[in-house]
Amino acid sequence: MYKLANPLMRKLLLVGVFLSFSTLSLAQSKYEGIGRQATKDEIAAWDIDVRPDFKGLPKGSGTTARGQEVWESRCASCHGTFGESNEVFTPIVGGTTKEDMQTGRVASLTNPKQPQRTTLMKVATVSTLWDYIHRAMPWNAPRTLTVDDTYAVLGYVLSMAEIVPDDFTLSDQNIAEVQKLMPNRNGMTQSHGLWNEGGKPDVKATACMSDCSKHVTIGSTLPDYARNAHDNLALQNRAFGAFRGADTSKPPANKLPEKGGFVLTLASAESVTPAGLFKKHNCATCHAPASRAIGPAISEIAAKYKGQADAMKKLNQKVKLGGAGVWGAIPMPPHAHVPDGDIDTLVRWVLTGQ
Amino acid sequence: MQFGRVKKAPENYVSKDLFADVAENGMDETRRGFLRKSFLTALGAAATGGVMGSVEAAEGEKVILEKQSWQTTLGQPVAARPYGMPSQWEAALQRRESPGLTRVSAASVAFAPLQGFFGIITPSGLHFERHHQGWYDIDPAQHRLMINGLVKEEKVFTMDDLMRLPAVSRIHFIECGANTGLEWGNVAVPSVQYTHGMLSCCEFTGVPLSTLLDMCGADLKKGKYILAEGGDGSGMTRTIPMDAALKDVLVCWAMNGEMLRPENGYPLRLVVPGIQGVSWVKWLRRLEVGDMPYASKDEAVHYIDLLPNGLHRQYTTIQECKSVITTPSGGQQLLDKGFYNITGLAWSGRGKIKHVDISVDGGNNWKRARLETPILSKAVTRFNMDWTWDGSPAILMSRATDETGYVQPMIKQLREVRGTRSIYHNNSIQAWKLDVNGELSNVQVG
Repeated sequence: MYKLANPLMRKLLLVGVFLSFSTLSLAQSKYEGIGRQATKDEIAAWDIDVRPDFKGLPKGSGTTARGQEVWESRCASCHGTFGESNEVFTPIVGGTTKEDMQTGRVASLTNPKQPQRTTLMKVATVSTLWDYIHRAMPWNAPRTLTVDDTYAVLGYVLSMAEIVPDDFTLSDQNIAEVQKLMPNRNGMTQSHGLWNEGGKPDVKATACMSDCSKHVTIGSTLPDYARNAHDNLALQNRAFGAFRGADTSKPPANKLPEKGGFVLTLASAESVTPAGLFKKHNCATCHAPASRAIGPAISEIAAKYKGQADAMKKLNQKVKLGGAGVWGAIPMPPHAHVPDGDIDTLVRWVLTGQ
Repeated sequence: MQFGRVKKAPENYVSKDLFADVAENGMDETRRGFLRKSFLTALGAAATGGVMGSVEAAEGEKVILEKQSWQTTLGQPVAARPYGMPSQWEAALQRRESPGLTRVSAASVAFAPLQGFFGIITPSGLHFERHHQGWYDIDPAQHRLMINGLVKEEKVFTMDDLMRLPAVSRIHFIECGANTGLEWGNVAVPSVQYTHGMLSCCEFTGVPLSTLLDMCGADLKKGKYILAEGGDGSGMTRTIPMDAALKDVLVCWAMNGEMLRPENGYPLRLVVPGIQGVSWVKWLRRLEVGDMPYASKDEAVHYIDLLPNGLHRQYTTIQECKSVITTPSGGQQLLDKGFYNITGLAWSGRGKIKHVDISVDGGNNWKRARLETPILSKAVTRFNMDWTWDGSPAILMSRATDETGYVQPMIKQLREVRGTRSIYHNNSIQAWKLDVNGELSNVQVG
């Protein structure tokens, strides 16, 4: 056997034994060899959430002026110039007052006639907005905003709602102060029985078995206009078996319908047709065939560019890189993620119908 | 004597000229005569052009009396469709969007056709879809799961890693918190596909989350919550209480014996039994152990329940006991008077279904339905009841009770507590009105 040269060496050895033992105990769980330690950089790359106590919030700042630039080029096409558009998603701004900012409760939420609940009427924590904008916006190109631009655009949204002044610089340093101004910061309750399995239900019905309701009243029926709003239900049911679908393309029949079977064919592979690509790439969000939506109608575009030799090339660029000023205030966002071939097909279809 | 069902008249038996004449000038005896003659001619043509081997004198149905092509010719070889598809005759049953519900299909819902299902398992290709920023078919070799936060060792797992672990398979329902939400105010949609079709029930296979937390040395003292995060553009994030996470949550890669479908989160999703679908994070990439709820977008802006006093309930996630009659149901038609089997589905986020009652008179009188096995916790249970329709109007309803004794409420009972402007967690009793013509429509009683 050997003798340790000095106490220091002995100490080091002991530490060594302890270290290797503890590493062993971590790596050798019951399931040896499965999984590996995450690196610091990997965690930094993925751990992007920001909590209500602002844990996870990166350092940075942005002015409302910069926020407006980002908004108008990247956000307005879906959310409207003032954040109040209801065309694609529910409005972000609107329905909050200065008084709400003092009480921390949005008064219009108690008004049953309030037609819409905007994001800022509901959200209690400003961290939620920062996290969501940074993680998932713009909608068609998520996670492409820088940290500073996220501050800028959030500050601009808050300024549109008059929660912060028009010329504000939002940063990691002052966001906690902004939280104290959130109009609905006191508007959430977690005291209910619907979070935990053992929680207490809020209604208590009983299972009456006979003579429970002698006067049965029908409180609501399907409006006539909704009868066929989901297309013909006859074609959404089996053509054999115990039940048929009702032919909702016709008014309710006075007698039982024809009992013959329906012959159906499988839906064609939609995604390879121009119409399928139009749907796949979410063009229908802003463009309808013959009516003005957020953007111009397809028929309008076709008419405007009719006979122009470079129309294909021009429109191709506009789809790919975005454009502004041709059809009104709301710009067309860039669509760099759509394959070039698909853009060609779509532009040709818009221009020629083929 | 009549065999089978009356068939349609042959197509186009009326000439274009006669059709236009009747359309313009209406019907009289002369035109009626022409019509009759055309019809008989068409029938004759159909009969003489009949299938080889027809036996005109024999009495009975052609499908029995005559040889059919599938008896007299060679069928398809094995593996003609290497990954099988439903019969062409089943094309009616599809996932469908509700027109006008959303403007963008990448942030929308496709409802499962409950009106055509049997048993309790949802076919994988018909499992409902709900995406927030579109779906991707992610290469499993590129997919990673990270566990970080309050753990001894922050870890990364590949699919190879995860699938080596001891897996369990469980049958559970998944229901979107907004299922039946369209009807908080009034009746809005025609059929069970759109009222209740954000519901599916499948066998899920994966590793218990508790195993992974144990492997990472999760701090169960401080770590009371878990953030689950998706790998898609929306980076869907949801807070899960640690109690639930340790109890029966799975990190899951398979559904109904095959890998998850891309629309359902391939290659990895969270399964959170009893809790609304949005917490079953798809394309799961990260789990963080933390000491407070995260208030991410979908738990701070959506999926919150507005009370009449203007407060929102946050973290309402349990799907309470609910049931619905799937056949006969809204938008369907009874063929004739006589015997029918009333059938449907019942489920509870708090455990097993104890019983289901059915009323055919709008809730005045109820009878207990048969529950079919298996009856599993936080899974859909199939119920059946014999019924003979005498041709008179009826209102069909089902009411489920779970093992905690909770009874499915009427819509007015929910409204008394939550008002009329909620969207989520509508588990009220569904009523289908049956008219004398055999057609069923969606109504609310009371």
